[in-house]
Amino acid sequence: MKEMHMTDQDNTGINITHLARLGRLAIPASSHASTAQELKNIIAMIDAMQSINTDGIEALSHPLDSEQLMRADVVSETVSRDNFQNNAPKTEDGYYLVPRVID
Amino acid sequence: MSAGLEAGEYTSVELTEAHLTDIEQRNKQSNSFITIAREHALAQAKAADVKRANGKATLLTGVPIAHKDIFCTKGLLTTCGSKMLSNFYAPYNSSMVERLNGAGIVTVGKTNMDEFAMGSSNENSFFGPVTNPWDRSKVPGGSSGGSAAAVADGLVACATGTDTGGSIRQPAAFCGITGLKPTYGRISRYGMVAFASSLDQAGPMTRTAEDAGLMLSYMSGFDRRDSTSARREDDWLNAIAHNGIPKLVRPLTIGLPKEYFADFANTEVIEAAQAELVKNGHTFKEVSLPHTQAAIPTYYVLASAEASTNLSRYDGVRYGHRCENPTSLQDLYERSRSEGFGEEVKRRILTGTYTLSVGYFDAYYIKAQKIRRLISNDFDKVFEEVDLLMTPTSPTPAFRLNKHTHNPVEMYQQDLYTVPTSLAGLPALSVPCGFVNSLPIGMQLIGPAFREDTILSVAAQFQQITDWHQRHPGESA
Repeated sequence: MKEMHMTDQDNTGINITHLARLGRLAIPASSHASTAQELKNIIAMIDAMQSINTDGIEALSHPLDSEQLMRADVVSETVSRDNFQNNAPKTEDGYYLVPRVID
Repeated sequence: MSAGLEAGEYTSVELTEAHLTDIEQRNKQSNSFITIAREHALAQAKAADVKRANGKATLLTGVPIAHKDIFCTKGLLTTCGSKMLSNFYAPYNSSMVERLNGAGIVTVGKTNMDEFAMGSSNENSFFGPVTNPWDRSKVPGGSSGGSAAAVADGLVACATGTDTGGSIRQPAAFCGITGLKPTYGRISRYGMVAFASSLDQAGPMTRTAEDAGLMLSYMSGFDRRDSTSARREDDWLNAIAHNGIPKLVRPLTIGLPKEYFADFANTEVIEAAQAELVKNGHTFKEVSLPHTQAAIPTYYVLASAEASTNLSRYDGVRYGHRCENPTSLQDLYERSRSEGFGEEVKRRILTGTYTLSVGYFDAYYIKAQKIRRLISNDFDKVFEEVDLLMTPTSPTPAFRLNKHTHNPVEMYQQDLYTVPTSLAGLPALSVPCGFVNSLPIGMQLIGPAFREDTILSVAAQFQQITDWHQRHPGESA
């Protein structure tokens, strides 16, 4: 918990560089302070829930405690690669293109 | 409209053409539509006329409607209000769209919305804000603001929306229409762009409760492709197309949760609605939902956490926006996402990333899930005493554009009365029940799980004895 509170360049206690990297977002250094302040305000609002006593309460991950449905592990539909790749920004010979990963 | 089609007063092609012309002329004023689907709609209308001629029409055959731009529609853009998906053509229809298509409905377009359904004012759309038909300087609410404004403007009689924390009910209230968020699992989420999967639910936005019930009967049903779809057989739902919304067989006990009225300024409007329902024999009882105030923080932890996970799929590789000249894979991800997502979406991704981080997971995410249980238990307890609940839908009527845009925390408070129901997965609807300063006010009816019949029946009865739902923008309120 302490590590996350260590700051890069602001006094909010929130490390935007680290969070942005985890969220795969590029946030310019010039907006780190304002972003951290906004996030701090949101966290302060959220922290109001800490006053609720939840001892002995089971977490509810899903409304109505519904059960996950299962199905047999058999092919039920076919997909067309071309159809799906129509939306891809860059493809070649059925492959998705990305910048070079291995030199 | 359905009766006119059945009586042969007009064909679906004529009706659709009239709707399209109206939308094309008036959309500039409201910006309700992101896509106007002229060719697609006329082709569907032609098919609907054939279907009717062959004696295979349903009550919805040939009726023009609009879909919120969050539902995948084959052959039409599905943008989710985002630059990220501004060129995205879904390769398939969502299950709900498929069901309505099967009933012979005509899709005239896709409606504007807050980006990825994150917002309460429709100001977070990449395609610009929507204006409120009752006062163009006010917001229509969000995130289904385009659908709500389109119905209120009379551009369509019915539209679809989605509700994660109030996104059907609050815009319905702001625009003076009827909006139903069904029980979680009632309508398939397959092909509905995901925001917070344990909360997202599709629903109808219409002028009347009867129309909402009819739409619900065609939109809902078990779907194997959605792992959280509810397997239900409700006779009343199957019978709506023939019998309409079930008639109430006895007076009901309606709970008024005191926490929802503590800071609500326009109680006289709700009290007047209450008086109307008393005339029909219903009784009211004050009840308590003690964890109501914890709902907003709980919701913003859970919804943001789920959003940050769901939105990780936008990587600039498979579909969606891709930045120019990426120097590395990391650069491709980061710049594509930063350019493609708007400010509020990035804010929620960061909030979700924070609360899911090592060291914070238990303190925020698990804590919020425990409070979610307490909130759900509160509802279970009051439904032992009352048949349904009645509350205001929103703390205020529609507010002016830009009022809360610079203060996210202030904006989040708009969902105060709608979020608890979402966390508990319960059905709730908003119906117009009066005006304050010429702006519509919505009343929310909340029912036990899978008892949409109860809240729809009370709403339909209320609409038989009042005419708030028949008021139109431009007429004197």
